[in-house]
Amino acid sequence: MIRSEILKDIAPILRDQLVVCNIGIPSQELHAIDDQPTNFYMLGTMGLASSIGLGLALAQPKPVIAIDGDGSVLTNLGTLPTIANNVADNFILMIIDNGSYGSTGDQPTYAGKKTRLEKVAEACGCENVVTCQGEDTGKVLQAALASRKMTVIVVKCDSGNAKHPVITMDPVVIRDRFMKAVQA
Amino acid sequence: MNIDKKIADDLVANDVSFVTTVPCKQLAGVIEEIEARDDIFHIPSNKEDEGMGLCAGAFMGGKRPAIIMQNTAIGVTINTLATLIQYYRMPLPMIISYRGELREPVACQVEMAVHTKALLAQLNIPTYHFHWQKDVEEFDNILKYTFMCNKPVAILTDANFWGGYGDQ
Repeated sequence: MIRSEILKDIAPILRDQLVVCNIGIPSQELHAIDDQPTNFYMLGTMGLASSIGLGLALAQPKPVIAIDGDGSVLTNLGTLPTIANNVADNFILMIIDNGSYGSTGDQPTYAGKKTRLEKVAEACGCENVVTCQGEDTGKVLQAALASRKMTVIVVKCDSGNAKHPVITMDPVVIRDRFMKAVQA
Repeated sequence: MNIDKKIADDLVANDVSFVTTVPCKQLAGVIEEIEARDDIFHIPSNKEDEGMGLCAGAFMGGKRPAIIMQNTAIGVTINTLATLIQYYRMPLPMIISYRGELREPVACQVEMAVHTKALLAQLNIPTYHFHWQKDVEEFDNILKYTFMCNKPVAILTDANFWGGYGDQ
């Protein structure tokens, strides 16, 4: 199972939530599968989906799901201690771990080799870390939302990308409609 | 005048309630002051670009954010400033300790200091330089300006402004 198939599976769950989506192909896939004003698409700044998501969760009460990648989390590994030590129970960090840098041609990441991000997250102090296979993402995500506890989900799946066009929406429009959805 | 208290007071008066910081010897007093305030949520960052991501999220969540960092971090955060804060047009006051300026005792700090204003100018980031204690009187206006125009704004605070480094 590859990331786009997981996103298709969980799109009905994501539709009702605030979602901060990782740069590059993950945002393109989510945009093509089910564009929503409640989606914030990152068009730059690899690594910061988890930080933007945490900041958003700490600033307001609605649930926030940050869809991240293993390569992006490795880029901003300092995010895990920050998440662990500033607990926002309305925050879910969902790391789609396909062991590769998808947007740049599926080069292997260290998470695809010896590094286990779920153990890193635990060692950083994250108290609810769930690892699952791609096909179980929906039920794990729903359980995390229902638990109302800050949760890190590491979804193991195959590397590979669906072919979708780049997002041409103006960044200020993405941001403005997202902020209106946050306030709604 | 207590500069640390004045800066925290102006932040609160301008409804800035979400502040991220990285450690800094010069800014230690203001970081301590912000930590002590009930009306400001203080979240330490491990790295300045991470902090800017937190601020971006907090802004979209309805809070007014600010970041407190060193000028060396300009070298770390250029991509984040360009492709997140500026690209999505978000306001971000950056209170920056301007290491490597007058009264600096560590030679290496000068290397980034000589690039700091040029880099900020290249990014078209409005930049203010606090050299004398009275310069802090502008801080309230700078905050109002930042949230009026939705831009990152740099406030460079040098050693002279903070009263030097003591006996070094």
